[in-house]
Amino acid sequence: MSRHIVGPFNRVEGDLEVQLEITAGQVREAWVVSPLYRGFEEILHGKDPSDAMVYTPRICGICSVSQSVAAAAALADCQGVMMPPNGEAAVNLILANENVADHLTHFYLFFMPDFAREVYAAESWYPKITERFKAISGDAVKQVLPARAEFMHLMGLLAGKWPHSLAIQPGGTTRSVEIQERMRIGSILFSFRRFLESALFGDSLENILALDSLDDLHTWAAQYPWDHSDFCRFLHVASALKLDELGKGSNTFMSNGVYPCQGEPLFKRGLWEGNSVSALDPDKIREDLSHSWMSHRKDPKHPYEGITIPDADAQDGYTWCKAPRLDGQVVEVGALARQVVNGHPLVRDLVRLNGGNVRNRVIARLLEIARVVVAMEDWTQELTPGEPCCNNVPMPEEAMGCGMTEAARGSLGHWLKIKNGRILNYQIISPTTWNFSPRDAQGTPGALEQALIGAPVRKGEKDPVAVQHIVRSFDPCMVCTVH
Amino acid sequence: MTESLKRGRNLLWLQSGGCGGCSMSLLCAESPDVLTTLDALGIHLLWHPSLSETSGADLRDLLEQIEAGEIPLDILCLEGSVLRGPNGTGKFHMMAGTGRPMMEWVNTLSALAKHVVAVGSCAAYGGITAAGGNPSDACGLQYDGAEKTGLLGEEFRARSGMPVVNIAGCPTHPNWVTETLMQIAAGQWTEQDMDELGRPRSYADHLVHHGCPRNEYYEFKASAEKPSDLGCMMEHMGCLGTQAHADCNTRLWNGQGSCQRGGYACINCTAPEFEEPGHAFNETPKIAGIPVGLPTDMPKAWFVALASLSKAATPKRLKENAVADHIRISPASRFRKGP
Repeated sequence: MSRHIVGPFNRVEGDLEVQLEITAGQVREAWVVSPLYRGFEEILHGKDPSDAMVYTPRICGICSVSQSVAAAAALADCQGVMMPPNGEAAVNLILANENVADHLTHFYLFFMPDFAREVYAAESWYPKITERFKAISGDAVKQVLPARAEFMHLMGLLAGKWPHSLAIQPGGTTRSVEIQERMRIGSILFSFRRFLESALFGDSLENILALDSLDDLHTWAAQYPWDHSDFCRFLHVASALKLDELGKGSNTFMSNGVYPCQGEPLFKRGLWEGNSVSALDPDKIREDLSHSWMSHRKDPKHPYEGITIPDADAQDGYTWCKAPRLDGQVVEVGALARQVVNGHPLVRDLVRLNGGNVRNRVIARLLEIARVVVAMEDWTQELTPGEPCCNNVPMPEEAMGCGMTEAARGSLGHWLKIKNGRILNYQIISPTTWNFSPRDAQGTPGALEQALIGAPVRKGEKDPVAVQHIVRSFDPCMVCTVH
Repeated sequence: MTESLKRGRNLLWLQSGGCGGCSMSLLCAESPDVLTTLDALGIHLLWHPSLSETSGADLRDLLEQIEAGEIPLDILCLEGSVLRGPNGTGKFHMMAGTGRPMMEWVNTLSALAKHVVAVGSCAAYGGITAAGGNPSDACGLQYDGAEKTGLLGEEFRARSGMPVVNIAGCPTHPNWVTETLMQIAAGQWTEQDMDELGRPRSYADHLVHHGCPRNEYYEFKASAEKPSDLGCMMEHMGCLGTQAHADCNTRLWNGQGSCQRGGYACINCTAPEFEEPGHAFNETPKIAGIPVGLPTDMPKAWFVALASLSKAATPKRLKENAVADHIRISPASRFRKGP
């Protein structure tokens, strides 16, 4: 059977192709193709370790700070340096700024515009959704771009610029904070909170965070007209289109944990499997290359031993993406994974009821916006003018280290070895590498490849809209996927 | 045909071997935002990877129509390097769904465009993607590093007769992009608006040093020694602000930011080959204690003489503040009582 090819996929931060086998109006099998290879791991070989702070953020323009945080953590692991409390709070604020802005960009610019497609013209909600979310011309984007830009003034204050800042260093940040900056950050967050509470949620962040079950969420939404806020609009469309039945995943969720607060991360590290959380053991990560355009494919390797040498003609290869597996398993990463691992009661309820799906992924992302903005308000209070923001220690000539964090779209890890003062090996596993991985040597498809199975295809559809919802529900970042 | 198509201001934006960061930066445009700016210019966005609804088959149709000359292409923007590898095949980026290397698409579409714009240092010169051994054989549209041996080559001219516009930067400031597009859309773009590397002179005639808040430290050679120090970062920390062509400290980023305001060195990201400085980015290479790269237009003997003179005259305030992360000594005031 010939494969149906969907691409170029846009609103996925980079280029993406999806190949489908469709019978009787349903996707039967899917292959996810990451079509771009640049070779950052090869570029980093032989460089001064500190140069990783320049190169790795430039892997990705949308997860730039996440890459900086992972690189700084990996170098800090090599140096054995800890950040002073001011540095830690500033890094959390910078990372949270990017992650929340990314969630917003995803919801308003990447995900919701698909419901304003012609294919839904007959739906009762179509006129209002189109007026609000239509790509480029909808009124939401006109409101969101200025709100997002103003929110990112925090970057101007703490990180110099976004993307591609060098303010984040292994021992903290380069930008000390005075009282006036703390005040300004507080007012930026106040203004952003106002936008969220009026446009996105139509309620206070605290009320949104107090929702603790799907019933509770339904009751909350039912007190308003369906177009009361953008969250309500999404819930209405999600229920009309049964988005909770679309894009079901493998239901094993992983989170590296993120936002360290003096030893305890705001969002815990762990693995969610079979309705409970267990410890995540990073030593059990392997990258399988059996279906990647890569050489040196024998035996999946831990990233410390990983080899990234492309081979466009590799047998059975169909993507530049590797296939990371945790103890041989496919895992899903992202906001839903983070929140189910961390134990958010509403997200736990959603996952227990029907696991990973398009609706649940989006709800988790929106809840996380509320949760993280409240945390940002706390971290702002922790910035102490006059106290140091950076500890500086020399880089050893020989060392190995790893840095694990969470980007908006999921778990990000950097592993490096230093020899004779130079980078001997640097390997990166990005969130979408996990989610959009190809088949492994056992033939097990990656998380998206599994989630696409069963997606409905309407008559005559060239680019099935259900497939688009499923793909974008993961908030993929293709430039990170293969770097 | 829409009004803007008739007026000939339609824009196609493609991405290849880069990070998408110039688009992300563009979304931070303010007063007004990027979509309002495009509206004001009468620019019709044929397609943009982060903004448009069009995907898959509809986009392939659009590209085919442009290729067939059915839709005029007024401005082609490329973000990200052109990937020529492996072995000249362009297979490191096959444009999804089309089975054709992006390199080939860019070549074809450039020939049809009235203006060809490289957004970011990757599309201009190869940029970060061309670092190290350049594993993907990345180059810019017209340039490969500082030489005009990129994909399109030295002789290339867009339909307007203009060479490729290189809005270099890693990333680009949103206004470098919007203001250049404004000039182009208004028909006020000439070869005199570009410097010798194809960069818009609107920002490339300035130096990052202009407006740097650390200027006083620079004047007295009161230097930072480690991250978070307040002093000038030229002597030890690798800062190239005195040589880098851009207006980062007079225009500012994300409200009030710039690299120096963020406390870190300028790495000259608007220049070709910035990605391979030949030493660690955060260290200043020196010969006999004197930084190798001197400030632009400054004779070496004068720099050495002035530097030693100003070092001898450095006030205590600057000497101490330069190696601190907060102001230890505030400027003298005739109104201050006591010590």
